[in-house]
Amino acid sequence: MEKVKQKDLILYSGLIILGLAAPYLFSAFKVQLTYLCVLIVLAMTWNLQGGEMGYNTFGNILFYGLGMYLTASVQVGMFFPLAEWTESGGEKTFVHTTAQYFQGIGVGLLVAAIIPTIIAGAIGYAILGLRGHYFAICTLGLGIAAGEIAGGIEIIGAGQGFTTPPFPAEIVDAEARGKFFYFLSFVLLIGTFVFVKYIYGSRFRLILNAIRDNEDKAEAMGIQTMKYKIVGWMCSAFFCGLAGGIMGGLIGYIDSTDVAFDGREMGVFMVLMAILGGKGTLWGPVIGATLFHFFKEGLWTLILGWQYVALGVLIVVIVVYFPEGLMGWLREKYPERFGEVIDEKDRKAQVELK
Amino acid sequence: MDFLIFKAPMLMVQASLDGILLGILFALIAYGMALQWGVMNIINIAQGDLVILGGYIAYTIYLWGIHPAWGVIISPIIMFFVGWGLYKLVINKVVDRDLFISILATFGIAIVFQQLMNFIFGADVVVAQSEYGTTMLFDNSVTLPNSKIFSAFISVLYAIALVIYMRKSKLGRAIRATAQNARAAKILGVDTEKVYAATFGINAALCGIAGALISITLTLHPYVGLPYTVRSFMIVIVAGLGNLPAVAVSGMGLGLFEEFADYILGTEFRIGAVFLLLVLILVYRRFKLSRKREYLK
Repeated sequence: MEKVKQKDLILYSGLIILGLAAPYLFSAFKVQLTYLCVLIVLAMTWNLQGGEMGYNTFGNILFYGLGMYLTASVQVGMFFPLAEWTESGGEKTFVHTTAQYFQGIGVGLLVAAIIPTIIAGAIGYAILGLRGHYFAICTLGLGIAAGEIAGGIEIIGAGQGFTTPPFPAEIVDAEARGKFFYFLSFVLLIGTFVFVKYIYGSRFRLILNAIRDNEDKAEAMGIQTMKYKIVGWMCSAFFCGLAGGIMGGLIGYIDSTDVAFDGREMGVFMVLMAILGGKGTLWGPVIGATLFHFFKEGLWTLILGWQYVALGVLIVVIVVYFPEGLMGWLREKYPERFGEVIDEKDRKAQVELK
Repeated sequence: MDFLIFKAPMLMVQASLDGILLGILFALIAYGMALQWGVMNIINIAQGDLVILGGYIAYTIYLWGIHPAWGVIISPIIMFFVGWGLYKLVINKVVDRDLFISILATFGIAIVFQQLMNFIFGADVVVAQSEYGTTMLFDNSVTLPNSKIFSAFISVLYAIALVIYMRKSKLGRAIRATAQNARAAKILGVDTEKVYAATFGINAALCGIAGALISITLTLHPYVGLPYTVRSFMIVIVAGLGNLPAVAVSGMGLGLFEEFADYILGTEFRIGAVFLLLVLILVYRRFKLSRKREYLK
């Protein structure tokens, strides 16, 4: 047991050092690394729903987009009139000072974490009562409705989009912006990982798994399933909101359907990454997101114009031929590594039953 | 109330007529969805994109100089084979699996279709001119494009033809038998694989008809497929599987809702209202069922 722990310690400290050194080692790829961190966060939080709880949601994009709009709105609204900012190139008339910028983004991220969590709690009772594919379609509708409605609201830029405050010009260091957002997302990633790992060792995860495997039985065992489902969704909303806030600042421009409530990209990516890595595992989404990001960045430029076709084909191939994901495949191949003891007789009996 | 529609009663007549004619078209798409959902237990997210593809087929023959109304005959024939091919390529591997797998897989197909249509037909909004003119009613205060009347008429015609085909023909009986109990049907000698392929093909053909009608009454764009999927999903969950009159009625209801939402909320919120209505319907059903400690299945 001791030995395993030591191995873990080396692994984690190695990863953290790699994470801290990455923006210096791969200086040109800071934006990509930030993307990677955010993608991993989204995949891990999706996994809490889809993998652990068995509620395949397309709706986490709702919290991501909300977080994005909230952070930017608070950052602007704290110091300047929001309506004038979004009206016509407000970023040219109003300029944030360095202190204002960081204060704004700090408070904005705080709001972006809290409000989506509250919204998840508020709509959770209504939405999480749906099961299976009804839940999936309902959350899909929710995400797209949010995008369409945000595209009609004037104060947040409506169809023409919302330019988030530019990084303060007083900071001369050209690398500063990339580093700032990278470390922000890296801290978020560590926070999410620690939190999810804590959940994996707790009773909460067992309850979520019970809900996934048979919700009626779980209820019959005296578990208040609705309470746990809502709490699980609120956890996801918290981290998705933060991830959205960071991405809004990084991209610098928010469009209602193409950036914020981007069900066609981010909303599908998070599902795909979690499935690619393996649903219901701690490391699956991390590996899946990393692989997917490398694949995407590597291939996107080669097949310019065809990337969505490739994405669609990839979804079909992964879902149809590879639904257990990488971790599921490894588990099948090396069950001992995952601490599973296989009873040879039992296995044979299972095969015969099939 | 300050809304224009409440001030002018003729606008209400206009919206109602538009809504009902549009709703008949939605009901046709929903019928296809109900068919394949009931028979194959698959939710097809690419339904709307099949509709748009059908529309583009009609638009293509219009570009060739043939009247786009011929699309309602040519488009379903081509789409039947598209559907058949799609079934053989992907869908047959997800038929027996979890419903979420089919949702994701068809989502992938939808993305591929959208993008391919974007390449082939371009990202512009297009419409095929049928040049049927308009009918003026009530002293010219209500205008009704004849193409809409034509499309509603054709939809009803095809729906009736399909119902009769399902009742009388051998394949129709095989499809209904498979929907009731696939295993029993298989034992009794029905080639379920072929039935599934045919069902998906018929669904795609229905989408093709609807698409051809949409190309002359509304507009086409590669990325507007998903709202049609959601509309048909909504109609099916309200009406229930295999209840054709209810599908027609709830289709018209949805059409009415949309037209009125368009006038009251504004056109920019039209699609948003459709998606929100889906969420509201599902939540309403969920609360209604939870009183009996049941849930949507």
